[in-house]
Amino acid sequence: MPAASCYHCGLPLPVVSFPVDVAGVEHPTCCRGCQAVALTIVGHGLEAYYRHRTEPSSSPAPAAVLQELGIYDLPEVQRAFVSSVDTGEEKEASLLLDGITCAACVWLIERRVLQVDGVRSVSINYATRRARVRWRDGATKLSAILGAVSEIGYAAQPYDAARSDAVLARERRSLMWRLFVAGFGMMQVMMYALPAYIDDGTMTADIEQLMRLASLVLTVPVALWSAMPFYAGAWREIKSRRLGMDVPVALGIIGAFLASVYATVRASGDVYFDSVSMFVFLLLGARYLELGARAKAAQAQERLVRETPAVAERFDRYPAPTCSERIAAAALVPGDHVLVRPGAAFPADGRVVDGEGAADESLLTGEARPVVKQAGDRVAGGAINLHGPLTVRVEQVGEDTVLAAIVRLMDRAQAEKPPIARAADRVAQYFVAALLVVTAAATAAWLAIDPARAPWIAIAILVVTCPCALSLATPAALTAATGALYESGVLVTRGHALETLARATHFVFDKTGTLTLAQLRVTKTMPCGGRDAAECLTLAAALEARSEHAIARAFVSAAHAYPRPYVLADFRHTAGAGIEARLDGRVMRIGTPAYVASLHGQPVPGAAQTIGDDATLVALGDGNGWIAFFTLGDALRPDASSVIRALRAAGKTVCLLSGDRTARARQLAHELGIDEVRGDAAPHDKLAFVRALQESGAVVAMIGDGVNDAPVLAQAQVSVALADSTELAQVSADVVLMSERLEPLLAAVGTARRLSRVIRQNLAWAVAYNALALPLAVAGHVTPLLAAAGMSLSSLTVVLNALRLLPTKRDRIRVQALVNGPVGRDGSDRVALAPSRPSADAGVTA
Amino acid sequence: MDILYLLIPLSLVLVFLIGAVFWWAVHSGQFEDLEGPAHQILMDDDEAPVRRSARR
Repeated sequence: MPAASCYHCGLPLPVVSFPVDVAGVEHPTCCRGCQAVALTIVGHGLEAYYRHRTEPSSSPAPAAVLQELGIYDLPEVQRAFVSSVDTGEEKEASLLLDGITCAACVWLIERRVLQVDGVRSVSINYATRRARVRWRDGATKLSAILGAVSEIGYAAQPYDAARSDAVLARERRSLMWRLFVAGFGMMQVMMYALPAYIDDGTMTADIEQLMRLASLVLTVPVALWSAMPFYAGAWREIKSRRLGMDVPVALGIIGAFLASVYATVRASGDVYFDSVSMFVFLLLGARYLELGARAKAAQAQERLVRETPAVAERFDRYPAPTCSERIAAAALVPGDHVLVRPGAAFPADGRVVDGEGAADESLLTGEARPVVKQAGDRVAGGAINLHGPLTVRVEQVGEDTVLAAIVRLMDRAQAEKPPIARAADRVAQYFVAALLVVTAAATAAWLAIDPARAPWIAIAILVVTCPCALSLATPAALTAATGALYESGVLVTRGHALETLARATHFVFDKTGTLTLAQLRVTKTMPCGGRDAAECLTLAAALEARSEHAIARAFVSAAHAYPRPYVLADFRHTAGAGIEARLDGRVMRIGTPAYVASLHGQPVPGAAQTIGDDATLVALGDGNGWIAFFTLGDALRPDASSVIRALRAAGKTVCLLSGDRTARARQLAHELGIDEVRGDAAPHDKLAFVRALQESGAVVAMIGDGVNDAPVLAQAQVSVALADSTELAQVSADVVLMSERLEPLLAAVGTARRLSRVIRQNLAWAVAYNALALPLAVAGHVTPLLAAAGMSLSSLTVVLNALRLLPTKRDRIRVQALVNGPVGRDGSDRVALAPSRPSADAGVTA
Repeated sequence: MDILYLLIPLSLVLVFLIGAVFWWAVHSGQFEDLEGPAHQILMDDDEAPVRRSARR
C-alpha cells in the first residue's frame, strides 16, 4: 500500500501521521523519528536524497543524545580509534555506519558531514559501509560529527581500523598487485612465445634471442615478486617439516625459471617463461578470490565488538543519594552500580538491584520473547533493556561475561575442528615426496649415463610433473563453485565447506530463528464482544502502536492491512503486564489476562484457556468485559517444510536441536517430518549432541542463527547461518545464506555434490597425466616444448572442467525469478519446490 | 623483420608504463570500492537545493 506508507522509511503509517514538507509537497511519515530525520535532511538542503534513493531508508535509530556521544571526545576513549595526522592539527577516525540502504545514503552522509564546520574530508566506502573522516582538531569534535550522522537517521560508531581492516586492506592490495603483474606478464610473454611455437624454420637466431630476452625481462617480476607467497609458503612447510603443495609449486617455478634463464644466457635451447607466468597467474587468481570471501566474514566479526556498549552510566556512591557519570564500559569493575536506560544494552553481566523492565536476550539465547527483569534477576551483557530504567550491580566484566564465554567456546570448537583440508594435504605430501625422490633418482641415473643431459632431464621432470593440474584441481573447482553459489545467494566463507557439505549425512537445524522466523506473529484472534476480528485487531494495534515490544510489532504488522479509525489517548505502560489507553474517555487495556481482568473482574473464558503452551495469550478488554483474545506464536519460515522434505528425499537425516521446551520442539518436528529431536538444549547440550553424532561417524551440517548456536556451528563439520542471524553466528559459519530463505541451502548441497564430482575428475585427470608423463620424462623422451605444452594442456583441462560448475544463463534467470518472486504464505510451497528440483536431480546423478 | 628490434623493446616499455599506472591505481585505493562511484556520478552536487517540482 504505497499510499499509506512512511515517506522516509516506507513502513506502514499508524493512525496519526507526522507530516513533512519536502520541496513544497507535504508527505506523511510514520513517527517522530522519521519526521525529525526528514526535516533535518530538508533543513540542510539535502532533499535531492529523496529523488536519488532507490530503496526506502532504514527506520532511524533513536537519535543519539549529543551528551551521550560526548564520551567519544574523551582522550582515553579516543586512543583506540582516533589518530592524529598532519603534525597533530588534524585528527582522523574510522566509522562503522549502520542504516545505509542505497548509494544515495552515502551521498547524504557525505554532504551532511562536510557541512559540519571543521571537517576536512570524509570518504565512505559503499561496499564495506565504512567511513574515514578527518577534521581540524579544535574546530569541531568527533561527537559533533557523530551527532550530525545520527540526526539524519544513521548510526555511526568509531572502531579500531588499525586492528583488522588495515591488515586486510594491505593484504588485498598486495595480492591484487601481484595478480596483475602475473596476469599482464603472462599475456605479454605468451605473445613473445607464440612465434617459437608456430616457427616453420624462418625465424633467425637473433629474433629468437630477442624474444627470449623480452620474455625474461617480463618473467623476472612474475617469478621474483608475484610468486613470493608460494616461496614463503614453501619455506614455512620446509621449516615445519611437512610437504605441502607449495614446495613442488615453488620448486617447479624456480626450476623452470632457472632453466629458461640458463637457456637465454646461452642463447640456445627452449624457454619456459610462458608456462611460469601462466602457472603463477592461475594459482594467484584462486587465492585472490578466496581472500575476497574471507574478507566478507571478517567484516562481520568487526561488528561483533558492538554487542556490548562502549559507554556505561555509573553511579558514583550508590546507594547513597548519588549522581551518575559516564565512563567507558571497559573501565567498569565488579561491584559498580550502573544505570541502564530503556533501549540501551547492558554493559556487563550483573544483577538488577532496582527498577523493573524486560530484556531482549535473543542475542544470547536465541529466544525472541522478552524476559521480565526485576530486582534480584541476573542480566547478561549485550542483552538489550526494552523498557524501564534499571539499576544493575555489575558482577562480571570483560572476559568473564556470558558473551565472552560463548566466544571462547566457539574459538575452542573451531580449533578442535577436524581440518578436512589437512587430509588432502597429506595425500599431496606423499605425492610430492615420491615426485622429489623420483626426480633425484632419475637425475642420479642420468649423471651416470650422460652427465650433459642430466640437468635438462631433471628440469623436464619437474616441469612436466609440476603439480600444476594437481594443485589447480581443487582450487579451480572450488572457485567456480563458490562463484556460482554467490550468484544464487550463498556465501561460502571457508574453503573446505563445500567438500564437507557434499559428504554431510546429518542436517541439524536450530528451531527459533532458523526453521521459524523468530518473530512473534498473531496466529489467532478470538473476539468475545460485539466487534469482529478485524476490528479487534485494529483496536489492539492502535493500543500497541507506541510500543517497541515484539508483541506490539506483531499486532501492528497483523493489522496494517486494515484502516485505523481509532484515536487513543493517555497511554500508560506497565512492564510485564500490558498497555492501557483511553478511547473516547473509556479505559481500554491490552496485555496479560490478569492485567485486563483487573479492569472488570470477569473470569477468563474457557475457550481462551485451552491454547497450546507454545503460544502467548494476549487479552483485550475495557471496563465492561473482554473484547477479544489473541494468541501469538513464532511463525515457520515459508520454505522450511519443502527444504526438509527435499533433504530427506536425498537420503539425509534431519535433526532438530532447540533451546525451547521439548514438547514444542517435538510438535514442530512432527509437523515437518523431522527424524530426531532434542529440546531444552543449552549451548553445551547442543555441543554434546553434535559430538555424539560425530562419534557415531556422522558428518554433521549445522544450520543455526543465534549467538547461542555459535559454538555448535563451530563444532559441526560444516555450518550454515542465515542472513538475518546474528553476526556471531555468521562469523562461525562456513556458509552464509544471504537471503531470509532456507532453500538456497538446497542449491548449496547440490553444487557441493557436483563440486566433489568435478574435483574427483580433476584429480583423476591430473594423476593420469602424471602417470603418463613421468616415465616418458624420466626416460628422456620429453622435449621441452612437449613438456610445456603438456603442462599447459593439463591445467587448461582442469580449469575448463571446473568452469562447468558456473551457472548457465538459464540458471541465472531462474535464480533471478526466485529472488524477485512472491514469498507469500499461500504460494510459498509451490515457489519453494521449484528450485529444489535441480539439486534433487544432482543428488540422484551424483 | 628489422622493425621487430624496435617494436619488441617498445612493447616492453609500454608494459612497464601500464604496470606503473596500475601500481598507482592499486595503491591509491582505486579498487577499494567498486560499487559506490558508479552511483555517485548520478548525484548532482551543484544542483540547486531549492527545486520545486521534485517528484515527477
